[in-house]
Amino acid sequence: MSGRAAIRQFAAAARSNRLVAASLLTIVVIAIIAILGPLVSPHGHISTNLDGRLLAPSFSTWHLFGTDDLGRDLFVRTLAGTQVTLLVAVVASAVSLLIGVSYGAIAGFLGGAVDAVMMRIVDVLYALPYIFFVILLMVVFDRSLLLVFIAIGAVNWLDMARIVRGQTLSLKEREFVQAARLIGVSRFAIILRHITPNLFGTVIVYITLTIPQAILMESFLSFLGLGVQEPDASLGTLVNAGASHMEQASWMLLAPATLLALLLFCFNFLGDGLRDLADPRKQK
Amino acid sequence: MLRYALMRVVSAIPTLFLVVLVAFLMVRAAPGGPFDTDRVLPAEIAANIERAYHLDEPLPWQFRRYLSGVLRGDFGPSFRYSDYSVAELVRDALPVSVRLGLLAIVVALVAGISAGLIAALRRNTMTDRIVSTIAMTGVSVPVIVIAPLLVLFFAVNLGWFPAGWSGSQGAARWIMPVIALALPQISFITRITRSSMIEVLESEFIRTARAQGLRTATIVRYHAMKPALLPLLSYLGPAIAGIVTGAIVVEQIFGIPGLGRLFVQGAQNRDFTLVLGLVILYATVIILLNLAVDLLYGVLDPRVRRS
Repeated sequence: MSGRAAIRQFAAAARSNRLVAASLLTIVVIAIIAILGPLVSPHGHISTNLDGRLLAPSFSTWHLFGTDDLGRDLFVRTLAGTQVTLLVAVVASAVSLLIGVSYGAIAGFLGGAVDAVMMRIVDVLYALPYIFFVILLMVVFDRSLLLVFIAIGAVNWLDMARIVRGQTLSLKEREFVQAARLIGVSRFAIILRHITPNLFGTVIVYITLTIPQAILMESFLSFLGLGVQEPDASLGTLVNAGASHMEQASWMLLAPATLLALLLFCFNFLGDGLRDLADPRKQK
Repeated sequence: MLRYALMRVVSAIPTLFLVVLVAFLMVRAAPGGPFDTDRVLPAEIAANIERAYHLDEPLPWQFRRYLSGVLRGDFGPSFRYSDYSVAELVRDALPVSVRLGLLAIVVALVAGISAGLIAALRRNTMTDRIVSTIAMTGVSVPVIVIAPLLVLFFAVNLGWFPAGWSGSQGAARWIMPVIALALPQISFITRITRSSMIEVLESEFIRTARAQGLRTATIVRYHAMKPALLPLLSYLGPAIAGIVTGAIVVEQIFGIPGLGRLFVQGAQNRDFTLVLGLVILYATVIILLNLAVDLLYGVLDPRVRRS
Protein backbone atom coordinates (compact mmCIF):
# COMPACT_ATOMS: atom_id res chain seq x y z
CA MET A 1 0.00 0.00 0.00
CA SER A 2 1.43 3.37 -0.98
CA GLY A 3 1.75 6.10 1.62
CA ARG A 4 -0.76 8.37 -0.08
CA ALA A 5 -3.40 5.63 -0.29
CA ALA A 6 -2.90 4.85 3.39
CA ILE A 7 -3.39 8.49 4.32
CA ARG A 8 -6.51 8.68 2.17
CA GLN A 9 -7.98 5.59 3.80
CA PHE A 10 -7.22 6.88 7.24
CA ALA A 11 -8.94 10.16 6.35
CA ALA A 12 -11.97 8.24 5.07
CA ALA A 13 -12.19 6.18 8.27
CA ALA A 14 -11.89 9.30 10.40
CA ARG A 15 -14.58 11.00 8.33
CA SER A 16 -16.96 8.09 8.71
CA ASN A 17 -16.22 8.05 12.43
CA ARG A 18 -16.98 11.71 12.65
CA LEU A 19 -20.31 11.21 10.89
CA VAL A 20 -21.13 8.31 13.19
CA ALA A 21 -20.28 10.47 16.20
CA ALA A 22 -22.33 13.40 14.85
CA SER A 23 -25.34 11.13 14.21
CA LEU A 24 -25.16 9.69 17.69
CA LEU A 25 -24.85 13.15 19.21
CA THR A 26 -27.85 14.43 17.22
CA ILE A 27 -29.97 11.49 18.36
CA VAL A 28 -29.00 12.04 21.99
CA VAL A 29 -29.71 15.78 21.77
CA ILE A 30 -33.13 15.14 20.16
CA ALA A 31 -33.96 12.59 22.86
CA ILE A 32 -32.96 14.99 25.66
CA ILE A 33 -34.98 17.85 24.16
CA ALA A 34 -37.93 15.50 23.65
CA ILE A 35 -37.85 14.59 27.33
CA LEU A 36 -37.07 18.01 28.82
CA GLY A 37 -38.94 20.29 26.36
CA PRO A 38 -42.48 19.38 27.47
CA LEU A 39 -41.44 19.95 31.13
CA VAL A 40 -40.17 23.47 30.39
CA SER A 41 -42.97 24.67 28.11
CA PRO A 42 -46.02 26.31 29.71
CA HIS A 43 -48.34 24.30 27.41
CA GLY A 44 -49.57 20.71 27.74
CA HIS A 45 -49.50 18.24 24.85
CA ILE A 46 -53.21 17.37 24.93
CA SER A 47 -54.72 20.57 26.35
CA THR A 48 -56.87 22.20 23.68
CA ASN A 49 -57.50 25.91 23.26
CA LEU A 50 -60.26 26.62 20.77
CA ASP A 51 -59.48 30.36 20.74
CA GLY A 52 -55.94 29.71 19.58
CA ARG A 53 -56.36 27.38 16.62
CA LEU A 54 -53.79 27.17 13.78
CA LEU A 55 -51.57 29.91 15.21
CA ALA A 56 -48.29 30.46 13.38
CA PRO A 57 -45.05 29.79 15.29
CA SER A 58 -44.16 32.68 17.61
CA PHE A 59 -41.88 33.38 20.56
CA SER A 60 -44.20 35.76 22.39
CA THR A 61 -46.89 33.14 23.12
CA TRP A 62 -44.33 30.33 23.57
CA HIS A 63 -45.97 28.41 20.70
CA LEU A 64 -42.55 27.76 19.15
CA PHE A 65 -43.93 25.49 16.40
CA GLY A 66 -47.42 27.10 16.30
CA THR A 67 -50.67 25.38 17.23
CA ASP A 68 -52.81 22.74 15.52
CA ASP A 69 -56.47 22.68 14.47
CA LEU A 70 -57.59 22.18 18.08
CA GLY A 71 -55.28 24.85 19.46
CA ARG A 72 -52.84 22.38 20.96
CA ASP A 73 -49.23 23.57 21.20
CA LEU A 74 -47.23 21.87 18.45
CA PHE A 75 -43.82 22.26 20.06
CA VAL A 76 -44.86 20.17 23.03
CA ARG A 77 -46.94 17.86 20.87
CA THR A 78 -44.09 17.22 18.43
CA LEU A 79 -41.74 16.46 21.32
CA ALA A 80 -44.29 14.18 22.99
CA GLY A 81 -44.68 12.47 19.61
CA THR A 82 -40.92 12.10 19.35
CA GLN A 83 -40.91 10.46 22.78
CA VAL A 84 -43.53 7.94 21.64
CA THR A 85 -41.70 7.29 18.37
CA LEU A 86 -38.39 6.71 20.16
CA LEU A 87 -40.09 4.57 22.79
CA VAL A 88 -41.70 2.36 20.15
CA ALA A 89 -38.37 2.06 18.34
CA VAL A 90 -36.48 1.06 21.49
CA VAL A 91 -39.09 -1.33 22.89
CA ALA A 92 -39.80 -2.95 19.51
CA SER A 93 -36.07 -3.40 18.94
CA ALA A 94 -35.73 -4.92 22.41
CA VAL A 95 -38.53 -7.39 21.58
CA SER A 96 -36.85 -8.33 18.30
CA LEU A 97 -33.53 -8.57 20.13
CA LEU A 98 -34.95 -10.96 22.71
CA ILE A 99 -36.59 -13.24 20.14
CA GLY A 100 -33.80 -13.04 17.55
CA VAL A 101 -30.90 -13.63 19.90
CA SER A 102 -32.46 -16.56 21.75
CA TYR A 103 -33.73 -18.16 18.52
CA GLY A 104 -30.43 -17.73 16.69
CA ALA A 105 -28.26 -18.79 19.63
CA ILE A 106 -30.31 -21.93 20.25
CA ALA A 107 -30.37 -22.91 16.55
CA GLY A 108 -26.65 -22.27 16.15
CA PHE A 109 -25.59 -24.00 19.34
CA LEU A 110 -27.75 -27.11 19.03
CA GLY A 111 -26.98 -27.48 15.31
CA GLY A 112 -27.96 -30.53 13.30
CA ALA A 113 -31.60 -31.26 12.54
CA VAL A 114 -32.93 -28.73 15.08
CA ASP A 115 -30.89 -26.00 13.42
CA ALA A 116 -31.99 -27.07 9.94
CA VAL A 117 -35.70 -27.00 10.87
CA MET A 118 -35.43 -23.71 12.78
CA MET A 119 -33.63 -21.97 9.93
CA ARG A 120 -36.04 -23.39 7.36
CA ILE A 121 -38.86 -21.77 9.36
CA VAL A 122 -36.97 -18.46 9.21
CA ASP A 123 -36.61 -18.85 5.43
CA VAL A 124 -40.36 -19.39 5.00
CA LEU A 125 -41.21 -16.46 7.30
CA TYR A 126 -38.73 -14.33 5.39
CA ALA A 127 -40.81 -14.61 2.24
CA LEU A 128 -43.92 -13.21 3.95
CA PRO A 129 -44.60 -9.53 3.39
CA TYR A 130 -45.00 -8.61 7.05
CA ILE A 131 -46.29 -5.13 6.81
CA PHE A 132 -49.65 -6.50 5.70
CA PHE A 133 -49.83 -8.88 8.62
CA VAL A 134 -48.96 -6.06 11.00
CA ILE A 135 -51.81 -4.02 9.49
CA LEU A 136 -54.14 -7.02 9.81
CA LEU A 137 -53.12 -7.34 13.47
CA MET A 138 -53.94 -3.68 14.08
CA VAL A 139 -57.32 -4.11 12.36
CA VAL A 140 -58.33 -7.26 14.18
CA PHE A 141 -57.33 -6.38 17.73
CA ASP A 142 -57.91 -3.25 19.77
CA ARG A 143 -55.26 -0.76 18.82
CA SER A 144 -52.96 0.01 21.70
CA LEU A 145 -49.37 1.06 22.16
CA LEU A 146 -48.60 -2.39 23.58
CA LEU A 147 -49.84 -4.04 20.38
CA VAL A 148 -47.68 -1.68 18.29
CA PHE A 149 -44.61 -2.69 20.34
CA ILE A 150 -45.28 -6.40 19.97
CA ALA A 151 -46.34 -6.29 16.33
CA ILE A 152 -43.27 -4.38 15.17
CA GLY A 153 -40.89 -6.30 17.43
CA ALA A 154 -42.29 -9.65 16.39
CA VAL A 155 -41.57 -9.07 12.70
CA ASN A 156 -38.08 -7.63 12.95
CA TRP A 157 -36.22 -10.56 14.52
CA LEU A 158 -35.47 -12.69 11.45
CA ASP A 159 -32.27 -10.92 10.37
CA MET A 160 -31.10 -10.90 13.96
CA ALA A 161 -31.72 -14.65 14.28
CA ARG A 162 -29.69 -15.37 11.14
CA ILE A 163 -26.75 -13.22 12.16
CA VAL A 164 -26.69 -14.52 15.73
CA ARG A 165 -26.83 -18.12 14.49
CA GLY A 166 -23.84 -17.55 12.24
CA GLN A 167 -21.85 -16.02 15.09
CA THR A 168 -22.83 -18.83 17.46
CA LEU A 169 -21.70 -21.46 14.96
CA SER A 170 -18.19 -20.02 14.99
CA LEU A 171 -18.19 -19.26 18.73
CA LYS A 172 -19.07 -22.78 19.79
CA GLU A 173 -15.86 -24.14 18.25
CA ARG A 174 -13.75 -21.78 20.36
CA GLU A 175 -11.60 -23.12 23.19
CA PHE A 176 -13.44 -21.48 26.08
CA VAL A 177 -16.73 -23.09 25.00
CA GLN A 178 -15.02 -26.45 24.57
CA ALA A 179 -13.53 -26.04 28.05
CA ALA A 180 -16.93 -25.24 29.55
CA ARG A 181 -18.38 -28.37 27.95
CA LEU A 182 -15.50 -30.43 29.23
CA ILE A 183 -16.14 -29.49 32.84
CA GLY A 184 -19.82 -30.33 32.40
CA VAL A 185 -21.59 -26.99 32.17
CA SER A 186 -25.13 -27.56 30.87
CA ARG A 187 -25.96 -26.56 27.30
CA PHE A 188 -28.33 -23.76 28.20
CA ALA A 189 -25.91 -22.37 30.77
CA ILE A 190 -23.28 -22.26 28.02
CA ILE A 191 -25.65 -20.42 25.69
CA LEU A 192 -26.62 -18.00 28.43
CA ARG A 193 -23.25 -17.35 30.09
CA HIS A 194 -20.65 -17.97 27.42
CA ILE A 195 -22.20 -17.52 23.99
CA THR A 196 -24.63 -14.61 24.49
CA PRO A 197 -22.15 -12.16 26.09
CA ASN A 198 -19.79 -12.66 23.13
CA LEU A 199 -22.56 -11.78 20.67
CA PHE A 200 -22.79 -8.32 22.17
CA GLY A 201 -20.74 -6.45 19.57
CA THR A 202 -22.56 -7.87 16.57
CA VAL A 203 -25.92 -7.38 18.20
CA ILE A 204 -25.25 -3.73 19.05
CA VAL A 205 -24.34 -3.00 15.45
CA TYR A 206 -27.40 -4.79 14.23
CA ILE A 207 -29.82 -3.20 16.67
CA THR A 208 -28.91 0.27 15.37
CA LEU A 209 -30.01 -0.98 11.95
CA THR A 210 -33.36 -2.31 13.24
CA ILE A 211 -34.27 0.89 15.11
CA PRO A 212 -34.85 2.98 11.94
CA GLN A 213 -36.92 0.12 10.50
CA ALA A 214 -39.08 0.11 13.61
CA ILE A 215 -39.46 3.90 13.42
CA LEU A 216 -40.42 3.63 9.76
CA MET A 217 -43.02 0.95 10.44
CA GLU A 218 -44.50 2.78 13.42
CA SER A 219 -44.79 6.05 11.51
CA PHE A 220 -46.33 4.22 8.55
CA LEU A 221 -48.97 2.58 10.77
CA SER A 222 -49.68 5.79 12.69
CA PHE A 223 -49.88 7.78 9.47
CA LEU A 224 -52.62 5.45 8.26
CA GLY A 225 -54.47 5.87 11.58
CA LEU A 226 -53.71 2.29 12.62
CA GLY A 227 -50.96 2.87 15.17
CA VAL A 228 -50.86 5.41 17.99
CA GLN A 229 -54.35 6.79 18.64
CA GLU A 230 -55.58 10.32 19.46
CA PRO A 231 -55.15 12.25 21.73
CA ASP A 232 -51.71 10.67 22.01
CA ALA A 233 -49.34 11.47 19.20
CA SER A 234 -46.35 10.02 17.43
CA LEU A 235 -44.41 11.64 14.60
CA GLY A 236 -46.47 9.56 12.15
CA THR A 237 -49.86 10.82 13.38
CA LEU A 238 -48.52 14.39 13.47
CA VAL A 239 -47.30 14.20 9.86
CA ASN A 240 -50.72 12.86 8.90
CA ALA A 241 -52.53 15.70 10.70
CA GLY A 242 -50.09 18.16 9.15
CA ALA A 243 -50.71 16.79 5.67
CA SER A 244 -54.45 17.41 5.99
CA HIS A 245 -54.02 21.01 7.19
CA MET A 246 -51.00 22.08 5.16
CA GLU A 247 -52.90 24.57 3.03
CA GLN A 248 -53.74 26.76 6.03
CA ALA A 249 -50.90 25.82 8.35
CA SER A 250 -47.73 24.49 6.74
CA TRP A 251 -45.96 24.46 10.13
CA MET A 252 -48.20 21.59 11.21
CA LEU A 253 -46.50 19.46 8.56
CA LEU A 254 -42.99 20.89 8.53
CA ALA A 255 -42.02 20.42 12.20
CA PRO A 256 -42.85 16.70 12.61
CA ALA A 257 -41.81 15.82 9.04
CA THR A 258 -38.36 17.40 9.51
CA LEU A 259 -37.85 15.71 12.85
CA LEU A 260 -38.90 12.29 11.53
CA ALA A 261 -36.60 12.58 8.51
CA LEU A 262 -33.72 13.79 10.72
CA LEU A 263 -34.12 10.90 13.16
CA LEU A 264 -34.24 8.31 10.39
CA PHE A 265 -31.25 9.93 8.71
CA CYS A 266 -29.16 9.82 11.89
CA PHE A 267 -30.12 6.24 12.76
CA ASN A 268 -29.38 5.03 9.23
CA PHE A 269 -26.02 6.79 9.31
CA LEU A 270 -25.17 5.42 12.72
CA GLY A 271 -26.10 1.86 11.74
CA ASP A 272 -24.29 1.92 8.39
CA GLY A 273 -21.24 3.57 9.94
CA LEU A 274 -21.00 1.07 12.79
CA ARG A 275 -21.48 -1.84 10.41
CA ASP A 276 -18.73 -0.60 8.12
CA LEU A 277 -16.40 -0.09 11.07
CA ALA A 278 -17.12 -3.61 12.34
CA ASP A 279 -16.77 -5.21 8.88
CA PRO A 280 -13.12 -6.03 8.17
CA ARG A 281 -13.79 -6.28 4.43
CA LYS A 282 -14.73 -2.59 4.33
CA GLN A 283 -11.39 -1.63 5.87
CA LYS A 284 -9.10 -3.03 3.22
CA MET B 1 -32.57 -24.50 -15.70
CA LEU B 2 -35.97 -26.16 -15.85
CA ARG B 3 -35.27 -28.03 -12.61
CA TYR B 4 -34.19 -24.83 -10.90
CA ALA B 5 -37.34 -23.04 -12.11
CA LEU B 6 -39.60 -25.88 -11.01
CA MET B 7 -38.03 -26.02 -7.57
CA ARG B 8 -38.47 -22.29 -7.06
CA VAL B 9 -42.10 -22.41 -8.19
CA VAL B 10 -42.92 -25.37 -5.96
CA SER B 11 -41.26 -23.75 -2.93
CA ALA B 12 -43.58 -20.72 -3.28
CA ILE B 13 -46.69 -22.85 -2.76
CA PRO B 14 -46.28 -23.54 1.00
CA THR B 15 -45.54 -19.85 1.54
CA LEU B 16 -48.73 -18.84 -0.26
CA PHE B 17 -50.72 -21.41 1.71
CA LEU B 18 -49.22 -20.08 4.94
CA VAL B 19 -50.24 -16.54 3.97
CA VAL B 20 -53.89 -17.53 3.51
CA LEU B 21 -53.90 -19.67 6.67
CA VAL B 22 -52.29 -17.11 8.98
CA ALA B 23 -54.40 -14.23 7.63
CA PHE B 24 -57.59 -16.29 7.95
CA LEU B 25 -56.82 -17.40 11.51
CA MET B 26 -55.91 -13.87 12.58
CA VAL B 27 -59.26 -12.53 11.42
CA ARG B 28 -61.09 -15.43 13.10
CA ALA B 29 -59.19 -14.74 16.33
CA ALA B 30 -60.65 -11.22 16.45
CA PRO B 31 -62.40 -10.51 19.73
CA GLY B 32 -66.12 -10.30 18.94
CA GLY B 33 -67.71 -11.53 15.70
CA PRO B 34 -67.74 -9.48 12.51
CA PHE B 35 -71.48 -8.87 12.94
CA ASP B 36 -71.31 -7.53 16.48
CA THR B 37 -73.05 -4.17 16.41
CA ASP B 38 -74.35 -1.81 19.05
CA ARG B 39 -77.80 -3.23 18.38
CA VAL B 40 -78.44 -6.64 19.97
CA LEU B 41 -79.91 -8.97 17.35
CA PRO B 42 -82.60 -11.54 18.22
CA ALA B 43 -81.08 -15.01 18.61
CA GLU B 44 -82.80 -16.46 15.49
CA ILE B 45 -81.57 -13.65 13.24
CA ALA B 46 -78.04 -13.96 14.59
CA ALA B 47 -78.18 -17.70 13.94
CA ASN B 48 -79.47 -17.11 10.41
CA ILE B 49 -76.68 -14.67 9.64
CA GLU B 50 -74.14 -17.13 11.01
CA ARG B 51 -75.57 -19.86 8.82
CA ALA B 52 -75.65 -17.62 5.74
CA TYR B 53 -71.93 -16.90 6.14
CA HIS B 54 -71.15 -20.47 7.27
CA LEU B 55 -69.87 -19.19 10.61
CA ASP B 56 -71.62 -22.07 12.39
CA GLU B 57 -69.37 -24.67 10.75
CA PRO B 58 -66.18 -25.96 12.40
CA LEU B 59 -63.10 -23.80 11.73
CA PRO B 60 -61.28 -26.23 9.38
CA TRP B 61 -64.41 -26.45 7.21
CA GLN B 62 -64.68 -22.68 7.09
CA PHE B 63 -61.06 -22.48 6.07
CA ARG B 64 -61.48 -25.08 3.34
CA ARG B 65 -64.48 -23.19 2.01
CA TYR B 66 -62.59 -19.88 2.08
CA LEU B 67 -59.47 -21.36 0.46
CA SER B 68 -61.39 -22.93 -2.39
CA GLY B 69 -63.16 -19.60 -2.92
CA VAL B 70 -59.83 -17.74 -3.01
CA LEU B 71 -58.49 -20.19 -5.59
CA ARG B 72 -61.47 -19.32 -7.80
CA GLY B 73 -60.94 -15.58 -7.20
CA ASP B 74 -63.94 -15.33 -4.85
CA PHE B 75 -63.11 -13.51 -1.62
CA GLY B 76 -66.68 -13.36 -0.34
CA PRO B 77 -68.87 -10.32 0.26
CA SER B 78 -67.55 -7.12 1.80
CA PHE B 79 -68.72 -6.75 5.40
CA ARG B 80 -69.21 -2.99 5.18
CA TYR B 81 -70.24 -2.33 1.59
CA SER B 82 -72.84 -5.05 1.72
CA ASP B 83 -73.91 -4.71 -1.93
CA TYR B 84 -70.41 -5.42 -3.21
CA SER B 85 -68.22 -8.48 -3.16
CA VAL B 86 -64.55 -8.02 -2.29
CA ALA B 87 -63.66 -9.14 -5.82
CA GLU B 88 -65.83 -6.38 -7.33
CA LEU B 89 -64.25 -3.68 -5.16
CA VAL B 90 -60.79 -4.96 -6.10
CA ARG B 91 -61.63 -5.10 -9.81
CA ASP B 92 -62.47 -1.38 -9.83
CA ALA B 93 -59.41 -0.31 -7.86
CA LEU B 94 -56.74 -2.64 -9.28
CA PRO B 95 -56.03 -0.98 -12.69
CA VAL B 96 -55.30 2.43 -11.11
CA SER B 97 -52.83 0.93 -8.63
CA VAL B 98 -51.11 -1.26 -11.22
CA ARG B 99 -50.64 1.76 -13.48
CA LEU B 100 -49.31 3.90 -10.62
CA GLY B 101 -46.89 1.14 -9.54
CA LEU B 102 -45.61 0.41 -13.05
CA LEU B 103 -45.05 4.11 -13.82
CA ALA B 104 -43.17 4.50 -10.54
CA ILE B 105 -40.90 1.50 -11.09
CA VAL B 106 -40.08 2.60 -14.66
CA VAL B 107 -39.32 6.17 -13.53
CA ALA B 108 -37.24 4.81 -10.62
CA LEU B 109 -35.20 2.52 -12.88
CA VAL B 110 -34.56 5.10 -15.61
CA ALA B 111 -33.69 7.93 -13.23
CA GLY B 112 -31.79 5.75 -10.75
CA ILE B 113 -29.66 3.95 -13.33
CA SER B 114 -28.84 7.19 -15.16
CA ALA B 115 -27.85 9.00 -11.98
CA GLY B 116 -25.84 6.00 -10.74
CA LEU B 117 -23.95 5.66 -14.03
CA ILE B 118 -23.15 9.37 -14.18
CA ALA B 119 -21.87 9.29 -10.59
CA ALA B 120 -19.78 6.17 -11.22
CA LEU B 121 -18.21 7.47 -14.44
CA ARG B 122 -17.38 10.83 -12.85
CA ARG B 123 -16.23 9.30 -9.63
CA ASN B 124 -14.87 11.70 -6.98
CA THR B 125 -15.90 14.78 -8.95
CA MET B 126 -18.34 17.42 -7.75
CA THR B 127 -21.13 15.77 -9.78
CA ASP B 128 -20.53 12.45 -8.05
CA ARG B 129 -20.54 14.08 -4.62
CA ILE B 130 -23.81 15.94 -5.28
CA VAL B 131 -25.55 12.85 -6.69
CA SER B 132 -24.29 10.63 -3.85
CA THR B 133 -25.33 13.08 -1.13
CA ILE B 134 -28.83 13.48 -2.59
CA ALA B 135 -29.17 9.70 -2.90
CA MET B 136 -27.97 9.16 0.66
CA THR B 137 -30.53 11.64 1.97
CA GLY B 138 -33.27 10.19 -0.23
CA VAL B 139 -32.75 6.71 1.22
CA SER B 140 -33.61 8.01 4.70
CA VAL B 141 -36.64 10.15 3.87
CA PRO B 142 -39.79 8.01 3.94
CA VAL B 143 -42.74 8.34 1.57
CA ILE B 144 -44.95 9.68 4.37
CA VAL B 145 -42.60 12.68 4.60
CA ILE B 146 -41.71 13.15 0.94
CA ALA B 147 -45.26 12.95 -0.47
CA PRO B 148 -46.87 15.69 1.68
CA LEU B 149 -43.80 17.91 1.22
CA LEU B 150 -44.07 17.58 -2.57
CA VAL B 151 -47.74 18.56 -2.37
CA LEU B 152 -46.89 21.51 -0.12
CA PHE B 153 -44.21 22.93 -2.40
CA PHE B 154 -45.37 22.09 -5.90
CA ALA B 155 -49.16 22.15 -5.50
CA VAL B 156 -49.95 24.49 -2.60
CA ASN B 157 -47.10 27.01 -2.86
CA LEU B 158 -46.16 26.97 -6.55
CA GLY B 159 -49.43 25.69 -8.00
CA TRP B 160 -47.66 23.75 -10.77
CA PHE B 161 -49.54 20.51 -10.29
CA PRO B 162 -52.96 19.61 -8.93
CA ALA B 163 -52.90 18.62 -5.24
CA GLY B 164 -55.69 16.08 -5.46
CA TRP B 165 -56.91 13.43 -7.83
CA SER B 166 -60.59 14.09 -8.39
CA GLY B 167 -60.34 17.78 -9.33
CA SER B 168 -58.08 17.23 -12.32
CA GLN B 169 -57.75 15.27 -15.54
CA GLY B 170 -55.10 13.68 -17.72
CA ALA B 171 -51.39 13.23 -17.23
CA ALA B 172 -50.88 16.13 -14.79
CA ARG B 173 -52.51 14.31 -11.91
CA TRP B 174 -50.16 11.33 -12.26
CA ILE B 175 -46.90 13.33 -12.11
CA MET B 176 -46.62 14.03 -8.39
CA PRO B 177 -47.89 10.67 -7.11
CA VAL B 178 -45.47 8.84 -9.41
CA ILE B 179 -42.53 11.03 -8.35
CA ALA B 180 -43.39 10.69 -4.65
CA LEU B 181 -43.55 6.92 -5.02
CA ALA B 182 -40.38 6.66 -7.13
CA LEU B 183 -38.09 9.01 -5.17
CA PRO B 184 -36.95 6.66 -2.37
CA GLN B 185 -36.41 3.89 -4.94
CA ILE B 186 -34.45 6.26 -7.21
CA SER B 187 -32.09 6.87 -4.29
CA PHE B 188 -31.58 3.15 -3.61
CA ILE B 189 -31.11 2.32 -7.30
CA THR B 190 -28.64 5.20 -7.75
CA ARG B 191 -26.52 3.95 -4.86
CA ILE B 192 -26.57 0.33 -6.03
CA THR B 193 -25.78 1.23 -9.65
CA ARG B 194 -22.95 3.55 -8.63
CA SER B 195 -21.14 1.14 -6.33
CA SER B 196 -21.68 -1.83 -8.63
CA MET B 197 -20.44 0.04 -11.71
CA ILE B 198 -17.34 1.26 -9.82
CA GLU B 199 -16.60 -2.31 -8.75
CA VAL B 200 -16.96 -3.64 -12.29
CA LEU B 201 -14.82 -0.85 -13.76
CA GLU B 202 -12.01 -1.86 -11.39
CA SER B 203 -12.16 -5.54 -12.36
CA GLU B 204 -9.53 -7.29 -14.45
CA PHE B 205 -11.49 -7.85 -17.65
CA ILE B 206 -12.21 -4.14 -17.89
CA ARG B 207 -8.50 -3.43 -17.42
CA THR B 208 -7.83 -5.84 -20.28
CA ALA B 209 -10.37 -4.06 -22.44
CA ARG B 210 -8.69 -0.74 -21.62
CA ALA B 211 -5.29 -2.22 -22.45
CA GLN B 212 -6.65 -3.16 -25.86
CA GLY B 213 -7.27 0.52 -26.41
CA LEU B 214 -11.06 0.52 -26.41
CA ARG B 215 -12.81 3.82 -25.76
CA THR B 216 -14.51 4.27 -22.37
CA ALA B 217 -17.94 4.58 -24.01
CA THR B 218 -17.45 1.25 -25.80
CA ILE B 219 -16.23 -0.46 -22.63
CA VAL B 220 -19.18 0.77 -20.59
CA ARG B 221 -21.71 -0.03 -23.29
CA TYR B 222 -20.51 -3.50 -24.31
CA HIS B 223 -18.56 -4.86 -21.35
CA ALA B 224 -19.39 -3.18 -18.06
CA MET B 225 -23.13 -2.55 -18.40
CA LYS B 226 -24.48 -6.08 -17.99
CA PRO B 227 -22.45 -7.22 -14.95
CA ALA B 228 -22.92 -3.79 -13.35
CA LEU B 229 -26.71 -3.90 -13.64
CA LEU B 230 -27.07 -7.50 -12.45
CA PRO B 231 -27.14 -6.60 -8.70
CA LEU B 232 -30.12 -4.35 -9.47
CA LEU B 233 -32.16 -7.41 -10.34
CA SER B 234 -31.94 -8.72 -6.79
CA TYR B 235 -32.95 -5.28 -5.53
CA LEU B 236 -36.11 -5.43 -7.68
CA GLY B 237 -37.84 -7.60 -5.04
CA PRO B 238 -37.41 -5.07 -2.19
CA ALA B 239 -38.15 -2.26 -4.68
CA ILE B 240 -41.49 -3.81 -5.59
CA ALA B 241 -42.36 -4.32 -1.92
CA GLY B 242 -41.39 -0.69 -1.23
CA ILE B 243 -43.53 0.59 -4.08
CA VAL B 244 -46.53 -1.52 -3.09
CA THR B 245 -46.45 -0.31 0.53
CA GLY B 246 -45.52 3.23 -0.55
CA ALA B 247 -48.53 3.28 -2.87
CA ILE B 248 -50.78 2.78 0.16
CA VAL B 249 -49.48 6.09 1.55
CA VAL B 250 -49.40 7.92 -1.78
CA GLU B 251 -52.95 6.91 -2.70
CA GLN B 252 -54.07 8.11 0.72
CA ILE B 253 -52.38 11.51 0.38
CA PHE B 254 -53.48 12.21 -3.19
CA GLY B 255 -56.91 10.60 -2.84
CA ILE B 256 -56.29 8.10 -5.65
CA PRO B 257 -59.07 5.48 -5.83
CA GLY B 258 -56.72 2.47 -5.90
CA LEU B 259 -56.15 -0.68 -3.86
CA GLY B 260 -54.15 1.16 -1.19
CA ARG B 261 -56.97 3.54 -0.36
CA LEU B 262 -59.45 0.67 -0.38
CA PHE B 263 -57.15 -1.19 2.02
CA VAL B 264 -56.81 1.74 4.44
CA GLN B 265 -60.54 2.44 4.36
CA GLY B 266 -61.21 -1.24 4.98
CA ALA B 267 -58.71 -1.25 7.84
CA GLN B 268 -60.21 1.85 9.46
CA ASN B 269 -63.80 0.53 9.06
CA ARG B 270 -62.78 -2.92 10.28
CA ASP B 271 -64.10 -4.46 7.07
CA PHE B 272 -62.69 -7.90 7.88
CA THR B 273 -63.37 -9.71 4.61
CA LEU B 274 -62.07 -6.81 2.52
CA VAL B 275 -58.85 -6.50 4.54
CA LEU B 276 -58.37 -10.28 4.61
CA GLY B 277 -58.82 -10.48 0.84
CA LEU B 278 -56.48 -7.56 0.19
CA VAL B 279 -53.77 -8.91 2.52
CA ILE B 280 -53.87 -12.20 0.62
CA LEU B 281 -53.84 -10.39 -2.71
CA TYR B 282 -50.93 -8.10 -1.77
CA ALA B 283 -48.91 -10.96 -0.29
CA THR B 284 -49.52 -13.12 -3.36
CA VAL B 285 -48.49 -10.35 -5.73
CA ILE B 286 -45.27 -9.70 -3.80
CA ILE B 287 -44.40 -13.40 -3.49
CA LEU B 288 -45.08 -14.05 -7.19
CA LEU B 289 -43.11 -11.00 -8.33
CA ASN B 290 -40.19 -12.09 -6.13
CA LEU B 291 -40.43 -15.50 -7.73
CA ALA B 292 -40.37 -13.93 -11.20
CA VAL B 293 -37.28 -11.90 -10.24
CA ASP B 294 -35.55 -15.07 -8.97
CA LEU B 295 -36.32 -16.92 -12.20
CA LEU B 296 -35.09 -13.99 -14.28
CA TYR B 297 -31.89 -14.00 -12.23
CA GLY B 298 -31.46 -17.68 -13.02
CA VAL B 299 -31.87 -16.94 -16.73
CA LEU B 300 -29.38 -14.05 -16.74
CA ASP B 301 -26.76 -15.36 -14.33
CA PRO B 302 -25.68 -18.97 -14.93
CA ARG B 303 -23.84 -19.09 -11.58
CA VAL B 304 -27.17 -18.94 -9.71
CA ARG B 305 -28.84 -21.98 -11.23
CA ARG B 306 -25.73 -24.14 -10.90
CA SER B 307 -25.43 -23.59 -7.16
